[in-house]
Order: sequence, then structure tokens, then C-alpha cells
Amino acid sequence: MLKIGEYEFTSRLLLGTGKYPNFIIQKEAVDVSGTEILTFSVRRMNIFEASQPNFLENLDVAKYTLLPNTAGAKTAEEAVRIAKLAKASGLCDMIKVEVIGCQKTLLPDPVETLKASEELLKEGFTVLPYTSDDVLLARRLEELGCHAIMPGASPIGSGQGIINPLNLSFIIEQASVPVIVDAGIGTPSDAAVAMEMGAAGVLLNTAVSGAKDPVKMAEAMKLAVEAGKLGFEAGRIPKKRYATASSPLEGMSIS
Amino acid sequence: MNLTVNGEQVVIPNTVKTVAELLQHFELNQKVVIVERNAEILEKAKHTDTQVSHGDKIELVHFVGGG
Repeated sequence: MLKIGEYEFTSRLLLGTGKYPNFIIQKEAVDVSGTEILTFSVRRMNIFEASQPNFLENLDVAKYTLLPNTAGAKTAEEAVRIAKLAKASGLCDMIKVEVIGCQKTLLPDPVETLKASEELLKEGFTVLPYTSDDVLLARRLEELGCHAIMPGASPIGSGQGIINPLNLSFIIEQASVPVIVDAGIGTPSDAAVAMEMGAAGVLLNTAVSGAKDPVKMAEAMKLAVEAGKLGFEAGRIPKKRYATASSPLEGMSIS
Repeated sequence: MNLTVNGEQVVIPNTVKTVAELLQHFELNQKVVIVERNAEILEKAKHTDTQVSHGDKIELVHFVGGG
């Protein structure tokens, strides 16, 4: 079970809802992924085109725990406002704190992320900050009381996979709340590696929505997360420098 | 009356008195929409008894796809 604050989940794959080719493919990908947590963003409505369909209308929202993000925020203050807007919908009290400090790399601003998380914890939110792979920042966020820590594998949407496995392993090792690898996952093997390292879950979006076949990739990610988790629990063999035979060396029928 | 809605100046019939009626005016009453009136975020339950008046700044936000 994945426990985040007071919530419990069977699936360890958290799925974003951005940039799918259309709502039909999105719904199918979401279904196939087996995810129980969906992320999304908060934006102004186009009041002059109110009849436009919204992605939520295609999904059975009651089936999912909604994890809005504060994407677009550059300061703690903006992030807190977006979080409060999301909560006022009455649909969710979880928040992915995402305060971007650099538009080119989309890396999070650590100081503002920490400030926003502190404020939102005081307000009673279930807080999941998107953070860099900084080990001490992850610890500080946990000490504040964050309900999960979400370090990026590599820059958002880059598909580069886990570029700093050492730091990620330190973050996982020290944490007593779930560590969810968020952003930068490109392939099922990336997701599996994160889980094999002991991550509690994986959050991804572009790797599925931008795939040639998003529905098939959603299934691949589901299986990869499950395989990686099983592999972690099973315990890998130590790496050795030289070969060790799998077949017995005795009893050969040749002289 | 004149309101600023999502940064746009709009003229709203005077029959619209409350936030709930404003949402109806924009045909948003069946949608998931979050309202901020003069920088105050309103819980859904408050839509029916929150008045709107001339000069108010209203923000209407909703959920869109994102990661």
C-alpha cells in the first residue's frame, strides 16, 4: 500500500493529464494505467467559450484522488493561492507544490518551495512538494511535515530518466515518508529503475501523453512500476566482477 | 453593471445579484468552477449568498490537464 497522509493507494503510478492527443485517448490511457491519482493544473477559464469540454467531464472523477499542482507559480505566495483555489472546488485537499525558478530548465525554486510547503501544511493541506534531487532540501521538506517528497529524475518533460541516481538513493534512504520520483521519466525502464531503488511511486505525464501510442505506454508504465517494486522487495543480487556459473560444474558426461 | 472578469471588462445585466447567478449568466453552473471575488476565494457553498456588485474583480478558474 502507498500511504500519503491519510490516503491509501494500491497503484504506485501517479499520472499527469497534460498534452494528450485528445480526451478519448487520455481516458483510455488513464484507465489502462491503473492509476488512482491524477495530477492537473489550475487556470483561468475562457468565459467566452464556456461550452468547451473540460478533461474532467470525460473521467469518472469519483474514482480518482485528485492531485492539483501549483504549476505556473514562481513564488510561494502564488503557489499558496493556486492551492487554495484548487481546494475551494471541494474536490481535493492534496497539493503538488511546484514553484518553478527557471523557465529554461523548469527546475524548482528550493526556497520558495520550502516556504509554500510550510504555509500549506499550516493550512491543513496534504502536501507533496516537487523538488530537485537535493538531499538536504528533501530532508528539510520532510522535517516540515510534508506527506511525501517528490524529487525530479531529470528536468520536466525531458525524458532523460534518472540522471542522479546517487542523490536519489540518499533521498530514499533517509526518508520516512514516501518518495515519489516525479518528472523526467522517459521509458518504462526508467520507471522500473526508480522503483527498484526503493521509490514509493512514480509520477509521470509526457512519457505517456507524448508517446506514439499513449495507451500502450500507459500499460507499459503500469507494468514497469509493478515490476520495479517487486524487484526491490525481492532484493537484487550483489554485482560481482567475474562470472559465477549458474550450471553445476560437476557430473559432466564428457571425459 | 460593469465587472472585471478574468481581466476583461464585461457588462452584466443588473438582474445578476449573486455569484451563483453570475455563473448561470456565463452558463458555467454545471461546470467545476472556482470563484475568487476581489481577491477572496469562495467555497462553492458560498456562491448563492455572495453578492456581486459594480466594479468587482472576479476570477473564474477551473482545472486543465497538467502534470
